[in-house]
Amino acid sequence: METQIISNTTSPTSTATEHPAAWKWYDYFRFNVDHKVIGIQYLVTSFVFYLIGGLMAMALRTELYTPDPDVLNPNLYNAFMTNHGTIMIFLWIVPAAIGGFGNYLIPLMIGARDMAFPKLNAIAFWLNPPAGALLLASFLFGGSQSGWTAYPPLSLITANTAQTLWILSIVLVGTSSILGSVNFVVTILKMKVPSMQWSQLPLFCWAILATSVLALLSTPVLAAGLVLLLFDINFGTSFFKPDAGGNVVLYQHLFWFYSHPAVYLMILPIFGIMSEVIPPHARKPIFGYKAIAYSSLAICIVGLFVWVHHMFTSGTPPWMRVFFTVSTLIVAVPTGVKIFGWVATLWGGKIRFTSAMLFALGLLSMFVIGGLGGVTLGTAPFDLHVHDTYYVVGHFHYVLFGGSVFGIYAGIYHWFPKMTGRMMNERLGQLHFVLTFIGTHLTFLPMHKLGLQGMPRRVAMYDPQFVNLNHLCTVGAFVLGISVLPFFINAVWSWIAGAKAPDNPWNALTLEWTTSSPPPVENWEVLPVVTHGPYDYGMGYGVSHDSNPDANDSSDDSSAPPASNPILALD
Amino acid sequence: MKQIPASILTLLAGIVITLVSLWVGQHHGLLPEQASEQAPLVDRFFSVMVTIGTALFLVVQGALIIFIIKFRRRSGDETDGLPIEGSIPLEILWTAVPAIIVIGLGIYSVDVYAQMGGFAPAGGMVAHHHTRPHHWFTPDAVAASLEPNSGLMAAPATLAKYGIGAAAGQTDSADLTVNVTGLQYAWLFNYPDSGIVSGELHVPLGQSVQLNFTAQDVIHSFWIPQFRLKQDVIPGENTELHFVATKVGTYPVVCAELCGGYHGSMRTQIIVHNPDEFAVWLQQNQIASHA
Repeated sequence: METQIISNTTSPTSTATEHPAAWKWYDYFRFNVDHKVIGIQYLVTSFVFYLIGGLMAMALRTELYTPDPDVLNPNLYNAFMTNHGTIMIFLWIVPAAIGGFGNYLIPLMIGARDMAFPKLNAIAFWLNPPAGALLLASFLFGGSQSGWTAYPPLSLITANTAQTLWILSIVLVGTSSILGSVNFVVTILKMKVPSMQWSQLPLFCWAILATSVLALLSTPVLAAGLVLLLFDINFGTSFFKPDAGGNVVLYQHLFWFYSHPAVYLMILPIFGIMSEVIPPHARKPIFGYKAIAYSSLAICIVGLFVWVHHMFTSGTPPWMRVFFTVSTLIVAVPTGVKIFGWVATLWGGKIRFTSAMLFALGLLSMFVIGGLGGVTLGTAPFDLHVHDTYYVVGHFHYVLFGGSVFGIYAGIYHWFPKMTGRMMNERLGQLHFVLTFIGTHLTFLPMHKLGLQGMPRRVAMYDPQFVNLNHLCTVGAFVLGISVLPFFINAVWSWIAGAKAPDNPWNALTLEWTTSSPPPVENWEVLPVVTHGPYDYGMGYGVSHDSNPDANDSSDDSSAPPASNPILALD
Repeated sequence: MKQIPASILTLLAGIVITLVSLWVGQHHGLLPEQASEQAPLVDRFFSVMVTIGTALFLVVQGALIIFIIKFRRRSGDETDGLPIEGSIPLEILWTAVPAIIVIGLGIYSVDVYAQMGGFAPAGGMVAHHHTRPHHWFTPDAVAASLEPNSGLMAAPATLAKYGIGAAAGQTDSADLTVNVTGLQYAWLFNYPDSGIVSGELHVPLGQSVQLNFTAQDVIHSFWIPQFRLKQDVIPGENTELHFVATKVGTYPVVCAELCGGYHGSMRTQIIVHNPDEFAVWLQQNQIASHA
């Protein structure tokens, strides 16, 4: 498989810094500028917070097994509810998908030795542990209880110290996100190997580029809103105090201007992972490279103009309700382009049901449900009924659990061999998939009906008529809780004692598979030269036998110039 | 299977998917009973979305399942699949069809929203017969102090009013006006014409009702699931809901915006009476409150 990568002399070898030949285990607990170390630091740290947020979710579902508030104090319930959401968004999905996979993969996929600003990258990661510590410390003061949205006036009058710690925590991770995004934009635009055409840039890189632009445009607005909230709580200002001339709806605009795009921060990188996982395991080129790349950018742009759909029932004039209905619905079009592209990629493939592929296929199925629910929610007249109900909770968990978390799992199964040099156990992976798939539907499908029938969200007690469906949801939540066990055992055991991974276990064609598993400190002895597109399956590249004798038979022709490659039949 | 051409199979699948989708759209049974004039409008719109959604769901999931089975790797086969990199006509098709669907839904949603009275809250763009007084009775001095115009020189015509106004074909002046106060964790309903203050909302069947909302402490949200109507109750903002109840009965009134630890217990009920029963209720409670 080294055949298509020339070991020629045009690539500069690094001489700037001195470093050991390989990192020791303790280097992963230190300030380290290697993007691969930082990527793994992000993934492991965020997974720890995923477990904490997951335990909170199970506590919430235990409380909701009965209609009465009989397990948790209602204020503690709200603290768990608030921090479950906050942790899952800001300390699990965002840092895992962008910080973890983005940092680990972007330099490897574009043939770079590291990110553009390695120290900045390390600083961005090291803002996360104190942010998590602040959030956990807030429980000493009762925990923030005003929801992850922290709407004033509730957030101004409830658990002030905890709310302040919560704000500081979010501002820290927001800063981390901004620093990381600058790094990604510069790295992707400036540091890919010269032999890689823009049309050969892996789709994950397009997705991270779109994500980073979105984060740069929206995160400062959230930070501004939260700092004003902090001033209102601690320094006697009245930006959001209605009885002193403030405006509570203004906060909602500032919050959602970031927090709707935050949904795309959590799903665009996952879409990127999908485009990397499906082709090698289906042995097919991605269907419609350009459409999938451009649709990421389209989602990035349109996604900036939909935030008021979270405020249809708020103090929102009619023209806004209508305008944002239409803009929201339009997001469905580029999203649909991706879904159809992935489904079409399967057609004519030779699908291998690896654990990574199972989760990718599961995501495809789940995301259709989440997306269709999202279209219904985007329309103002229907949203008036279901806004702030369990219908919304069901919908966004299909997107964020069935979408983002499935995608993170797919990514871990896919790149674990590269990251650790060990294979994961496929049997445990299959068990993990089956439990997660069943648990997700069991937990989140009944929630749609609960919301339609009249159950509001964020409640510790509810009308007894909803008890049966809530039983299903709680059982599902425990299935999901148990589903983490085979994954956890698999990851830990495989990392220590799994079978040694070859450099390219999936016969994939992107550049990260051209180096050793795990890669050396500066990724390659000699930088690779790109001779084919990232998804040119069935064209004679890679070690698989060619199923199409008419295709360009350059598998052994290591001197083929990059320009001659049929990256896109679309052109 | 070999005898049947693919085009016939596709046609058959299309017919089956269409029929199933239409049936599901009419029989999903997911929504509670309808008790306001707005409810059938919302439900019809939802049924259309369920029909389209079911069709898309069946097409995508069906394709997914068929492809997974048909194109699975057979054991021992180490070859790659077909080197197909895209198809411009297909990509145009699956960009254009969803675009047409969502634009159609968008237009339809605006129409439904207009019929519900969404364009006619008092401070909206629609001309009005009268200017609503700003000093309506509030049960609590705190609530009164939250009235945004009390200290500001805002012209009455520009009073920001959000919510759902009189539905199409109705006049703006409602048959019954009720001032609603949301506070942690209760709803207070007071009837300015009769001086009644109640913890439950009583309204007559078939008459237009206007609710004017005030929040005393934090944001609440007034929701009657059977009416398909919800409006946030916001400190410092005036919001309103107009409706006509269409079915006698008792329905839940739910707070839908997180308002504190006991948010989930902020529930009461709306009782829809026949007009003559409502007159009796009004009379009895008027006596009680004046006694």
